Amino acid sequence: MQVNADFKQVRDTLVVRISGELDMLVADQLRQEIDRRLDNTSISTLILNLEKVSFIDSSGLGVIIGRYKKVSAQQGRMYIVGACPPVEKILHFSGINKLVPLYRSEKDVVSN
Amino acid sequence: MWSVIKGRWTSPGLELRMNVKNYVRFEFSSMPENVSFARSCVGAFAAQLDCTLEDIEEIKLVVSEAVSNSIIHGYNGSTDGKIEVMASIFDNGSLEIIVKDFGRGIENVEQAMEPTYSSDSSRMGLGFTFMRSFMDEMDVISEPGQGTSVRMLRFFPSQNHQAMA
Repeated sequence: MQVNADFKQVRDTLVVRISGELDMLVADQLRQEIDRRLDNTSISTLILNLEKVSFIDSSGLGVIIGRYKKVSAQQGRMYIVGACPPVEKILHFSGINKLVPLYRSEKDVVSN
Repeated sequence: MWSVIKGRWTSPGLELRMNVKNYVRFEFSSMPENVSFARSCVGAFAAQLDCTLEDIEEIKLVVSEAVSNSIIHGYNGSTDGKIEVMASIFDNGSLEIIVKDFGRGIENVEQAMEPTYSSDSSRMGLGFTFMRSFMDEMDVISEPGQGTSVRMLRFFPSQNHQAMA
């Protein structure tokens, strides 16, 4: 099964719009897809759009925290936008929100 | 032969949950495609309880964690293992979920259940933390080379039971 993710790069910002359920089935592929872009292009800002993600577990959280470490090591910034309440609850529970700021929309990131 | 390494098989509600009201039991191969199937099944089964959508989401999460653990740790990612899931509703409104694999087992259950511990750094070791946090009871029985069984219990006291209490 292909991970359903749409990648959009504007200058040094990479926006990844993910849809579906973020579990171990799609985690590895998503990790590779994002890393390939982080490794091959100069990205200073990574935005994960989770508007269409209906479920996340520790495999999905692992992808997020791993990308945060990678982006931080390159002095970049990372944001999560659009998490629905059940997903946001898990992000808070794991403490990821303390590392990666959560915003409602991509526009909110830009305006902040 | 299973041995209890960390276990608390009795519970405050033990005498009340002697009667199984309903149960489902299914098994599947240790393929990542089946993680979603397993959590959806148990989530749908749990929906007959007096619980909220938020509760169902938590049930789905803990099943996802337990089944993922079996695939990743129990079978080391191999897809030819077998995983059994049994969910039971007792007549006091509690839900019991057992996820069992026949994989390599856990050498040190205590260590594996530590919040910061993970033999796979990409998953943050959060699986057991979620299971422990969102369920009222969680026990792990494991025997190296034999497999691992995770049993979780959550109480959903109905209005009737609250009125009786």
